[in-house]
Amino acid sequence: MMSPDVEHEAEGGVDFILHHILEQPVIELPTVLGINLTITNHVIMMWIASILLILVFGLSFRKQRMVPKGLANALESLVAYLRDDIIVPNLGRDGRIFAPYLLTAFFFILLNNLLGLVPFGATATGNISVTASLAGLTFITVQVAGIRKHGLGGYFRHFIPSGLPWFIIPIMIPVEVMGMFTKHFALAVRLFANMIAGHITILALMSIIFLFKNWLITPFPLAIILFSSLLEVLIALIQAYVFTILSAVFIGASLAEEH
Amino acid sequence: MDASSSAFIAAGFGGAGVTFAAAYGISRLASVAMQSIARQPEAAGEIRGAMIITAAMIEGVALLSAAICILLSFK
Repeated sequence: MMSPDVEHEAEGGVDFILHHILEQPVIELPTVLGINLTITNHVIMMWIASILLILVFGLSFRKQRMVPKGLANALESLVAYLRDDIIVPNLGRDGRIFAPYLLTAFFFILLNNLLGLVPFGATATGNISVTASLAGLTFITVQVAGIRKHGLGGYFRHFIPSGLPWFIIPIMIPVEVMGMFTKHFALAVRLFANMIAGHITILALMSIIFLFKNWLITPFPLAIILFSSLLEVLIALIQAYVFTILSAVFIGASLAEEH
Repeated sequence: MDASSSAFIAAGFGGAGVTFAAAYGISRLASVAMQSIARQPEAAGEIRGAMIITAAMIEGVALLSAAICILLSFK
């Protein structure tokens, strides 16, 4: 997860943790139109994840057979599970048009989460900008799906649930609008905080070893660190799954017919 | 007591409260889920899916305030 550099210990506790959590620039580039174009290690991790996805899926599905063999078989069973248990129950059979976005989101988030656990890797989804962009994509998809299905007027009528007395409506509309933004904000923060919390725990436990300045203490924090790392693998899988299924639920909610 | 030390104390108490609330919420959810799985084993798949999603949402709220506590401890 990080290179074992002993001189990090001299920086002080919080700096040691922050150095491995925040993104470190790799290639400095200028700021164009207010957007900082520096290549950081998170950017490189996202590139590696994208290239890995394109390579793995592209190469294993090169020969399209009726019954795939090998890696394509495993990937296809995973994709079929996602489609049948997440996309179809929430979006219906003609909601499969959203399957490319949801499946891409799942595999991209999964690969980014797992790349943070290999040595010399950084968690790109541990960056609030990355998770905010992913949640923003879900937000845009939800709005576009709702407007496409119900038209602009019908989309605004979604903010007023049916069967309400007239004097509650001025209170309900801001509440519904806020709820719409809060759901996607929570989507971003949930993924970000889950990824960051695991790393901060492990880094803080590693600092215990440096604090004692005695290598004999190592097995005890190491056992807890091992357990935390395994837990982090599980959390990586679960968070990717939860992001996908919540995006599917939100898109399905915007597509739902009002009675 | 200056602002920095009270920020540390607040972060500590906040973290403890968040952990307690999240653990209590998820344990109640898990106990009901296990009872219903024991009652109807053929619905175990659906119950497991719903349990994981709800646990992730509860944990999302808990980690949101954990992130606030960490921000406090950096002040």
